Amino acid sequence: MLYALLCYNDEDVVFSWTKEQDDAVMARLDVVHERLRKAGKMGPSLRLLPTTAATTLRKSDPPLVIDGPFAETKEQLLGFYVIDCKDLDEALEVARQLGEANPGGSYEIRPIRLFLPGVFADAEALETSA
Amino acid sequence: MTDLAWINGAIAAARPQAVGALLRYFRDLDTAEEAFQDACLRALKNWPKNGPPRDPAAWLIMVGRNAALDGVRRQARMTALPSEEALSDLDDAEARTVEQIDGSDYRDDVLRLLFICCHPDLPATQQIALALRIVSGLSVRQIARAFLVSEAAMEQRITRAKARIAQAGTSFETPGPIERAERVAAVAAMVYLVFNEGYSVGGPKAPLAEEAIRLGRLLLRLFQTEPEIMGLLALMLLQHARTSARFAEDGSIILLDDQDRALWDGKLIAEGLALIDKAMRHRRPGVYQVQAAIAALHARAETPAETDWGQIDRLYATLERLQPSPVVTLNRAVAVSKVEGPEAALAIIEPLAGRLSGYFHFHGLKGALLLELGRNAEARVAFDRAIALANTPAEAAHIRQHLDRLAADHAPAEAAPAR
Repeated sequence: MLYALLCYNDEDVVFSWTKEQDDAVMARLDVVHERLRKAGKMGPSLRLLPTTAATTLRKSDPPLVIDGPFAETKEQLLGFYVIDCKDLDEALEVARQLGEANPGGSYEIRPIRLFLPGVFADAEALETSA
Repeated sequence: MTDLAWINGAIAAARPQAVGALLRYFRDLDTAEEAFQDACLRALKNWPKNGPPRDPAAWLIMVGRNAALDGVRRQARMTALPSEEALSDLDDAEARTVEQIDGSDYRDDVLRLLFICCHPDLPATQQIALALRIVSGLSVRQIARAFLVSEAAMEQRITRAKARIAQAGTSFETPGPIERAERVAAVAAMVYLVFNEGYSVGGPKAPLAEEAIRLGRLLLRLFQTEPEIMGLLALMLLQHARTSARFAEDGSIILLDDQDRALWDGKLIAEGLALIDKAMRHRRPGVYQVQAAIAALHARAETPAETDWGQIDRLYATLERLQPSPVVTLNRAVAVSKVEGPEAALAIIEPLAGRLSGYFHFHGLKGALLLELGRNAEARVAFDRAIALANTPAEAAHIRQHLDRLAADHAPAEAAPAR
């Protein structure tokens, strides 16, 4: 079963990390990522820019464009993983391992109902994730 | 199991909100600061043991407030220091405070703090020092180092700023909409000064640029729909993205055209471009947005040859209208030199000679344009003038390269240094 692992944390904290702290967290996470990759459980994953870069379109009539994230929360959605796990226990174990590598905040584990891998005309769009 | 780095990050991130709230309670900067310090010490002891609180800022506010109140009582009674256990309300500090602090309080507290630091009675140097001390939480020593002054001198600057604020009878009420707009502009200007202080020199001052970006993010969180604040943050991010490409190993400046663009920070550029994109949608241009748009055109060019100088020329013309200044015209001349050639650019800067006679960059650009036109003798005069006006060793070193090249042109070919 595919699960989305939604990463929530205080963006003020995450974006106040120095480059060294950020690199250290990413290095610890990469160990877990690599393990998941080898086990064939790692789908796409991404990290989002801060909510100050967000724009929200409210689907009212006419649609309304608002600067900022959909909801103002103490912890913000900062990224997500798509992982393939046999059940919730296994997904929770993955979340635990990621959490040890990157303390603070929460992971929300949401089973995925529909997953379309998608097609990009511009191959460079994929490079931003690197 | 709480990572020390995480604790430090959480404390740093909570600081503006916590100090802002404590200032609302105590109406005195020193008391608020001490209360916050006290709360931080307790957090360092308590969090590794009990795990991080759900809301670090709320925890720090409640514990800081109680510690300060206990301190006041203690002083009044001259009794011994209370033990950690005796300190009232420590245990469920968080649960109660979380309910008390809502979004609008947070906004007002942080805003009040920024406004006080940018009080109109304070000169810019004091505003900056105070903001870095109170809002960013840099130590007096760190700030002194960044401004290349002694610790004692910086301590005095901050003390004077606080005294002047106390004297001015600062209002702790949240200002109304008009005053708010004016003072937001003052805060933005202060933030950009901090950034430039760090950006222009690098080295020991480099952390100032990062601190300014952090303040910019904070300001944008408070004013999510303000295009000029988006522009300010975009401008800082796009400029800061070039940091690792801007200085050679010997400390000399590497000009934009000669920078290794692979060293530019793609993440910062992506964020900057996203913000300027958002800002432009509002169709309310301002000086930060226009400068950010110029920086964005540089960031989008994969090689110097791909730079859209025509568009940059038009943006500088807009900037001249919004903020007429000989320095802006000087910058437009650079764009004109790329589009129309050095002669046209020289014609633009010639009338500025009077007003910019003491400005390093004026003589530097004039020299470069003259050099391009083959007027070497005049170029040397301009470069000599520039070197005398250089603000930093890096600037002087850059001009010296031109002078060396001019000298080499006269020397026998085999004596010319390899480049």
